[in-house]
Amino acid sequence: MKILTGNDLLTGLVTWWDGQGWSPHVDDAVDVGDEAETILAREEAARRVNASYAIEASLDENGKVRPAHIKDRVRALGPTVRPDLTLKPAEPEALNWVI
Amino acid sequence: MYRYDQYDQEMVDTRVAEFRDQTRRRLEGKITEDQFKPLRLQNGLYLQLHAYMLRVAVPYGTLNGTQMHALADIADKYDRGYGHFTTRQNIQYNWIKLEEAPDLLADLAKVEMHAIQTSGNCIRNISSDQYAGAAADELVDPRPYAELLRQWSSFHPEFLHLPRKFKICVIASDNDRAAMRLHDIGIQIVKNEAGEIGCAFYVGGGMGRTPMVAPLIREFVPLDQLITYSEACLRVYNRYGRRDNKYKARIKILVHEMGKDEYARQVEEEFAHLLEQGIEPPLAELERIKPYFADPAFKIGLTEKADRSDDKFARWVDSNCMPHKAPGYVAVTISLKPVGGIPGDASTAQMHAMADLAKEYSFDECRVTHAQNIVLPHVEIGRLNELYGKLVQADLATANIDQIGDIIACPGLDYCSLANARSIPVAQKISQRFEQNGKGEMLGQLKLKISGCINACGHHHAGHIGILGVDKKGTENYQLLLGGSEAEDTSLAKITGPGFDEAGIVDAVEKAADVYLAQREDGERFLDTYRRIGMDPFKEALYA
Repeated sequence: MKILTGNDLLTGLVTWWDGQGWSPHVDDAVDVGDEAETILAREEAARRVNASYAIEASLDENGKVRPAHIKDRVRALGPTVRPDLTLKPAEPEALNWVI
Repeated sequence: MYRYDQYDQEMVDTRVAEFRDQTRRRLEGKITEDQFKPLRLQNGLYLQLHAYMLRVAVPYGTLNGTQMHALADIADKYDRGYGHFTTRQNIQYNWIKLEEAPDLLADLAKVEMHAIQTSGNCIRNISSDQYAGAAADELVDPRPYAELLRQWSSFHPEFLHLPRKFKICVIASDNDRAAMRLHDIGIQIVKNEAGEIGCAFYVGGGMGRTPMVAPLIREFVPLDQLITYSEACLRVYNRYGRRDNKYKARIKILVHEMGKDEYARQVEEEFAHLLEQGIEPPLAELERIKPYFADPAFKIGLTEKADRSDDKFARWVDSNCMPHKAPGYVAVTISLKPVGGIPGDASTAQMHAMADLAKEYSFDECRVTHAQNIVLPHVEIGRLNELYGKLVQADLATANIDQIGDIIACPGLDYCSLANARSIPVAQKISQRFEQNGKGEMLGQLKLKISGCINACGHHHAGHIGILGVDKKGTENYQLLLGGSEAEDTSLAKITGPGFDEAGIVDAVEKAADVYLAQREDGERFLDTYRRIGMDPFKEALYA
């Protein structure tokens, strides 16, 4: 599947296209098929996202979205060396998902 | 230390106002990201993996307590309670909001700091010896010359759009503690046969994907021609440096391809021309700067012995204290490399503690080192026990300077959008391994440096042991290198062979360390043994 990501213009935080808008959670990301360029152009122009791009992803055994590249998995969760600063600070084992 | 005059302050304040306006226009959609990106980068604001990252300049690594307190306050107010000290003697914040960046820069300006020229193809922060003005082995304090170069290079209209970024280092000791010959220009203040003070110029060094040790271009440039000769070096580079390929655009490529003799000849021609133009600032300017770096009021008659009855304290003294030019004093390095910690990171509380300690014990001065530690340059030996106790309380008393736990590591894939692999977890595991097996102290001086990509921000080429993270079919892989040095015996490390996975690289480092322990002769460091026995015994142990 193809999903869209970028950074919020104001905060710089990582964000994912959920079909309606932008979510901080990769689990909300949706397959955009061949609509990536159209959506990104529109959203960048409206300043709802910055430095956006399309990536390959898949659904894992639990049906959760998993970006294909480790870099995007690090982006999705947060720095692996600071579990307290990730999106799941109460679940340090979530870092296993990145590797 | 140097204090801004009205011109410095006005320039910085004006730049903050300009960036505030540029940010407003970006947020209002009046300029695009393509238009805004070079503007924010000129103010040190990158967009990294998780958020905006701001790199703040610390000129030649020197800070006073008030500035360190301000850096801590910024970490609290605009970031997430910590900062990361870098190999360029700067500090980076990882979680900056664009809408707050102008206010942050305004707060920095209040303490005579900024983020200008910490990015982009311009002359970056001038680096220097962290023990400048304190070291027993230096000829003079190099910082007045570094400051003169800072003023010359700040907003220099001719050098704001160079082919590529440009890094200058100034030292004044035969013992290189600043990786001088791995800079675009390395300047060593020297004395000639006539007893005059001047500068030796090394040009064309660097790390990155094409590491090179800078060759000596000129043995002696009189001090009153320092700026003119620097300008000549930059002019020849600006004229002939490649702009068609960013990977071949650094001056090291030009000097290598042109040949150092031809490059030097062209610099001499330009130098002669510039001497006629009379561009050198008057010596009065240097004389104006020098008093800012005058020795503090060192006491006399101080004790030269500390109470070493506490073994942990004694080990810390042996590891973290450096001889000082003034009797009764030492320079103290505060390690930002706790076992299992993140190299170079300091919490808000730790930054405040270091600021207070600088005020109380070191004439209100501290330094950022290229090895990502902090130095208190002037500490009375008789007060070391007291200082150590306070460092213990602040979790800042790790005794490992220049040992295997004192690892230089770039932010790597945990933070950096350029990285291919994570650096920090590898550093953490190595420091933990050598703490657990008890070999860390036994190994003595062993400089280990880790980069998460070929750009070499973690100086892996210059590590006695270097580690380079690469992307191997979508997974992290680590190459091992041996034999590098960033010191006066500068050399580039060589790759041992096939890379390792994350667990494997930690084992590999231990195997290399074991070869050294088995084969070292009296007084040899790891690097000395490697140079004597060569790569083969290490390869045999690693790939058997």
